[in-house]
Amino acid sequence: MTVHPLLASFSGAVEFIFTPQQSNVTGGKEVGGFDKTIELLLGHIEVTVLALAIALLIGLPLGLYLGHKGKGELLAVGIGNAGRAIPELAVIALVATLVGIGMRNVAPALALLGIAPILNNAYVGVRQVDPAAVDAARGMGMSELSIIRKVELPLAIPTVMGGIRGAAIVIVATATIAPLAGVESLGDFILNRNVYGENGLLAGAILVALLALTIEGSLALLQRRLTSDGLKVKTA
Amino acid sequence: MGNPFVLAAGEVGGDFFKERSSGTLPCQANESHLFCVDWAKENIDRYGTPAQQHLEIVLLSVLIGFVVAFALALLAHRTRWLQPPLLAATGVLYTIPSIAFFFLLLPLTGFGRDTAVIVLSAYTLQIIYRNTMLGLDNVPDSVKDAARGMGLTNRQILWKVELPLATPEIIAGLRVATASTIAITTLVVLISAGGLGTEMYGSNFNFPTAILIAVAIIALMVLAFDLLLLTAQRLLTPWRKARPR
Repeated sequence: MTVHPLLASFSGAVEFIFTPQQSNVTGGKEVGGFDKTIELLLGHIEVTVLALAIALLIGLPLGLYLGHKGKGELLAVGIGNAGRAIPELAVIALVATLVGIGMRNVAPALALLGIAPILNNAYVGVRQVDPAAVDAARGMGMSELSIIRKVELPLAIPTVMGGIRGAAIVIVATATIAPLAGVESLGDFILNRNVYGENGLLAGAILVALLALTIEGSLALLQRRLTSDGLKVKTA
Repeated sequence: MGNPFVLAAGEVGGDFFKERSSGTLPCQANESHLFCVDWAKENIDRYGTPAQQHLEIVLLSVLIGFVVAFALALLAHRTRWLQPPLLAATGVLYTIPSIAFFFLLLPLTGFGRDTAVIVLSAYTLQIIYRNTMLGLDNVPDSVKDAARGMGLTNRQILWKVELPLATPEIIAGLRVATASTIAITTLVVLISAGGLGTEMYGSNFNFPTAILIAVAIIALMVLAFDLLLLTAQRLLTPWRKARPR
């Protein structure tokens, strides 16, 4: 029985992830394997987490504050819209060309892509909070900071988390081309075809897709935990 | 690929720059390192074909994505239980990074434009589908009741009442989908499908002028499409102008 070529290429890729194999391009040198996979996976996660953390630190407080004050709609929504239209390849290419390579330069650049959805959604989420709830909190003598923290943020969680998920998606995706700017990630398997061959190419694609789905899934779970039960009843 | 040769922004007149100016490129060492106007003037022609490829891929992808997402939305509008699974399915497609998606399809569809268009149109599904559903759900029941009272059939209500009223949301979805498709299309260079990414990738990451021109063309494309879609919305919903503020 002959194996379908499609099945063969996928099983070759899966094998590549777990056991080193002779590459058809490097002339006998063994490439791939579980250790290499883990190394690149950790690199991918490292740059993603770092970039997402920077994006959160800047985007979330700014979005919540602007939303609370009801100011800067043009800024928050404008950045949100413009952010979607930034080509990822251009960001990596320009950082590598003008600023420099390596984690120190690439992580902030990826963070830039993540700030847009986080800022935009935090702003919109807070603006959508029922003003009566905010008035009630103020009437009870809550400070402006605790209004943001204890009233507006909890009520805006679904929208805020939507922004964070969007940021995570774009950062994980762009981390795939981070090797072009000297940062190790799963994209190495894909971009260095002359080292890892066809199996590496497909293995990289499978791993990146699985990683993105895992991160998205965990953030969806986190969102469910963070959403207060009262909100769940209302939307159900 | 590997390690691109990189020059810090401040190093005007570095080795790379001397090489360029004495070689084939008409750039002077004392010119701004960031943008080389002479080179831009002389080489703007080379962006014609990539820009055209870029445009074709975007148009095809958004068109296919719109037709499929619109059909799915109409189906889900009639068959309510389809809504959660369709939202989940389009969400999964949106979550898979486009680069991974390209290469996952490679064994099936090979290098080139077909793969690019399949991935990019799959990418637009979620946003167009979600916005179309949102638009249809936002139509007030009273309006539908009035239409029914006037003797309109379900099909007439859909095409003459619900869809026109949902147009702003549908167009908003198309605007986002088009803008992000224009951006992501830069990546199709990785599967040899051309586009403006060719000029970024081909610049070897040591000549910002080449990258910046490509970025500028992409920005212009995004603006042009946005304006086009906004105009379309204005023409399709003339009653919104008459509405009192």
